[in-house]
Amino acid sequence: MVSTGSTHDWTYAPAPESRSVVDIKESYGLFIDGEFTDGTGTSFKSINPATEEVLAEVAEASEADVDRAVKAARRAYTRVWSRMSGAERAKYLYRIARIIQERGRELAVLESIDNGKPIKESRDFDVPTAAAHFFYYAGWADKLKYAGYGETPLGVAGQVIPWNFPLLMLSWKIAPALAAGNTVVLKPAETTPLTALLFAEICQQAELPPGVVNIVTGAGDTGRSLVSHSDVDKVAFTGSTEVGRAIARAVAGTDKKVTLELGGKAANIVFDDAPIDQAIEGIVGGIFFNQGHVCCAGSRLLVQESVADEVMERLKRRMSTLRLGDPLDKNTDVGAINSGEQLTRIRELAGVGDAEGAERWEVACDLPTKGYWFPPTVFTGVSQAHRIAREEIFGPVLSVLTFRTPAEAVEKANNTPYGLSAGVWTDKGSRILSIANQLRAGVVWANTFNKFDPTSPFGGYKESGYGREGGRHGLQAYLKGER
Amino acid sequence: MRRFLHGLPGVEQVGEEARAAGLGTRSIKTTAKAQALDLAIRMVDLTTLEGSDTPGKVRALSSKAMRPDPADPTCPATAAVCVYPDMVAIAKETLGDSGVNVAAVATAFPSGRAALDIKLADTRDAVEAGADEIDMVIDRGAFLSGRYKAVFDEIVAVREACARPDGDSAHLKVIFETGELQTYDNVRRASWLAMMAGAHFIKTSTGKVQPAATLPVTLVMLEAVRDFRDSTGHMVGVKPAGGIRTAKDAIKYLVMVNEVVGGDWLDPDWFRFGASTLLNDLLMQRTKMTTGRYSGPDYFTLD
Amino acid sequence: MARIDVRKTYKLYIGGQFPRSESGRSYVVNDAKGKLLANAALASRKDARDAVVAARKAFGGWSGRTAYNRAQVVYRIAEVLEGRREQFEAELRAAEGISPAKARTYVDAAIDRLVWYAGWADKLTQVVGNANPVAGPYFNLSTPEPSGVIAVVAPNGPLLGLVSVVAPLIVTGNTVVVIASEAHPLTAITLGEVMATSDLPGGVVNVLTGHQAEIAPWLASHMDVNGIDLTGVTDVELATELEAAAAENLKRVRRPSPDEDWLAEPGLERMTAFQETKTVWHPIGV
Repeated sequence: MVSTGSTHDWTYAPAPESRSVVDIKESYGLFIDGEFTDGTGTSFKSINPATEEVLAEVAEASEADVDRAVKAARRAYTRVWSRMSGAERAKYLYRIARIIQERGRELAVLESIDNGKPIKESRDFDVPTAAAHFFYYAGWADKLKYAGYGETPLGVAGQVIPWNFPLLMLSWKIAPALAAGNTVVLKPAETTPLTALLFAEICQQAELPPGVVNIVTGAGDTGRSLVSHSDVDKVAFTGSTEVGRAIARAVAGTDKKVTLELGGKAANIVFDDAPIDQAIEGIVGGIFFNQGHVCCAGSRLLVQESVADEVMERLKRRMSTLRLGDPLDKNTDVGAINSGEQLTRIRELAGVGDAEGAERWEVACDLPTKGYWFPPTVFTGVSQAHRIAREEIFGPVLSVLTFRTPAEAVEKANNTPYGLSAGVWTDKGSRILSIANQLRAGVVWANTFNKFDPTSPFGGYKESGYGREGGRHGLQAYLKGER
Repeated sequence: MRRFLHGLPGVEQVGEEARAAGLGTRSIKTTAKAQALDLAIRMVDLTTLEGSDTPGKVRALSSKAMRPDPADPTCPATAAVCVYPDMVAIAKETLGDSGVNVAAVATAFPSGRAALDIKLADTRDAVEAGADEIDMVIDRGAFLSGRYKAVFDEIVAVREACARPDGDSAHLKVIFETGELQTYDNVRRASWLAMMAGAHFIKTSTGKVQPAATLPVTLVMLEAVRDFRDSTGHMVGVKPAGGIRTAKDAIKYLVMVNEVVGGDWLDPDWFRFGASTLLNDLLMQRTKMTTGRYSGPDYFTLD
Repeated sequence: MARIDVRKTYKLYIGGQFPRSESGRSYVVNDAKGKLLANAALASRKDARDAVVAARKAFGGWSGRTAYNRAQVVYRIAEVLEGRREQFEAELRAAEGISPAKARTYVDAAIDRLVWYAGWADKLTQVVGNANPVAGPYFNLSTPEPSGVIAVVAPNGPLLGLVSVVAPLIVTGNTVVVIASEAHPLTAITLGEVMATSDLPGGVVNVLTGHQAEIAPWLASHMDVNGIDLTGVTDVELATELEAAAAENLKRVRRPSPDEDWLAEPGLERMTAFQETKTVWHPIGV
């Protein structure tokens, strides 16, 4: 029996998930009207952010391609999907949910390769939650009259999703749309198109009628063509506030219904009576989950001054146990930054933190030489005036601010144009309810953080966007009726 | 005392359990696994605590503790055998100077329902018979009725009873019976109470009450010893006992130790498993690692 | 000799006060026959700005009141309006040249609408909120909350139209800056007098009179306004401009509704259009 090192130094051996479950093609076309077709535009490369390896060539949908997709969706809407009974639509959605579960490992590995997120997250969170969304909304398809938003679908939905949770955001968009009787044209993010294209294959396996789901890959231009297409009745977008603003402007004066899920700069408020070990977990999970590529990330830690030192000490100790590296290693906690572009932005804003006088502390770890990496980082001595306390970094960077009283905590938490989420940690029940009431945010996690569920509405206040996804509320975005 | 214990930070049950479950998903392979299996064997307090225990049973168990896998001389011995006080002399005789300790449960184990002088006599008996370690139970009735001082004083008294004439002392493990304390808040309070009273080790369970050791309960106790060292400089050991039956489970505990309190505790002096059937599964996994094929129970002794 | 009327000066209603326009401007409001009714204040962008400040200041207190209390205040507006119904009937007839019967119908409907909405204050949460059965040990509750400060371009109906757009906003806890009908602004100010004497805190409703095309863009682009209701905008181009301007801070926008039947029961939509859903999670453990 070989024993390496002393008992005091126990190093985990690599535990890589097998890549052999996925079969990545050299090139991908668009999924329109139930078939993969060549685009008429150029193509782009999808890259593994952990290695910079080119994974596949993907077609960039032109305006004509988008038009073709919207026409296919319209045809499917008029001839098939809007005429089908809810009960039958439900069965397709249940089928899709089941196939996602059956091909779960394949989807998880592909997601981790294309996105850079740790396999334990894609395997235990992204994929199961995606399946759960389809399963949940499948059940609504034949029960719409009880939901309170009428039973009339809008028509064709143009949906644009981000790269942070590619398959999960796809399911947040497609499941309620289809359940309500709409057909969709969805554009995945240009850095993470592969699971959406595998999802297209799943639609084929489920024998979903052609045109009900269409996937057009591409970048900003493709997205613009889609949301401004005159025959799109509904626009659903998740992404940056900047693009969300542009979409809101573009649909002005039209009849298009819009939901926008945009940025955030969530406050995670820790009081001196917090359940401290769980609060530390919540802080860590709040900002380092998915490399901080989370719109509702708890990127502003507001800690009561009386416990600030203790919290920081515990936080740093806990952060030191985070394992950064190969996304496919089952023990990896922090994976790769999704793209070179995003890495540049994170570095830039972290640099601003330095320049503005905040104190940077980062986990001492060897970053892989290839790929896009950023170590888990904390800035202390941050005030509301710092840019790193105001701008969404969308990376593994936490800004720490202190407060003295509950009123000050609320004031600082709300002092942002965003309003997506917030966290509050205290053992005092009445304080939780009071703070939760005062926080201007669409999701408030008390003594927990970053929890999601298909039954639970999600969405922001203020510049974090409008509309809700998930739960009964999520149906409203895809139905004509009012309540 | 009450004010201090109730001033400790609360434990949020769901978050605590989620953290434990998260650590449980670590995948320990190849060299790391081999290392873990040997370490786990060295941490076992091989236990028999039955009314039907006999000298023959205890001798056999002691032999097994010294040579868990007779076919493989590289296989390490366990940390200790754990028996009732009246079996200490038998175990000591068999174990000799093998380095395997004798641990005795005392203080009216497992319920702890006896007068203090009886508990102390029980302890002294075991120490006199040669016990290296005493596993005492706290008075859960006193704890749950808020008489923390009584529990504290009893631990102090038992620790004094652990003293040997030569000025040395048997090591004291304090069993909480976490299944009866019910809440993690109680486990955290009991941990601090026992550590302040001078426990060398804090231990989850007697094995006679369900649930016995669990990952989250052990996590609470690990957090307590970590925080206790931070504030006093003293290191206290942790022993989950009862219900840990597979190598896979044991490795989850080691991962937890490694990531919550760090390598300092990855040592039989600071972490133990109270178990009986666990050892054979560790041995089977160990054999699988060396031979490359799965083994079966027939190839390991049942003692 | 006939007695000389004491005429009323129509001013703005901002922060519970009745100031003149800071610009010192006014415009002529004629009756249905083209005869001078009064000079109305011609609100400027600065008046709009002051109104937003007043509405923001009132928001915390108003939205923090119990729903029951907001219901009572809105009901109180109905009570006071009922007591002054003759004045309103007369004003409507003068402004719009409608028959006494029609004026009565509108006043009745306006009062009844206030009563209808008042009742919603403590029921909407129950109807649009949800307990969500999440797959895990968590308590999870979604409740509606007001969006904040809402700008409203009121429709032409001087009383019923105005009440129909303002009541659903305030009963749910929003505060409002409303641009009254440009053609018939006077009733709006008289309604302001009713609100000012109905326990409605100052700043919850702020009424501006003047040119829609002049004031509305300032409200649409105002970064401290959370939503805009374009109900009364009839110029399609202006509506598009306002919606585009509102995008700057992602205002919730309610598009114009030119064919709305103001006598029909409204439904929930005017309330829910300016509500946010807040979902609060807490673990369940011992």
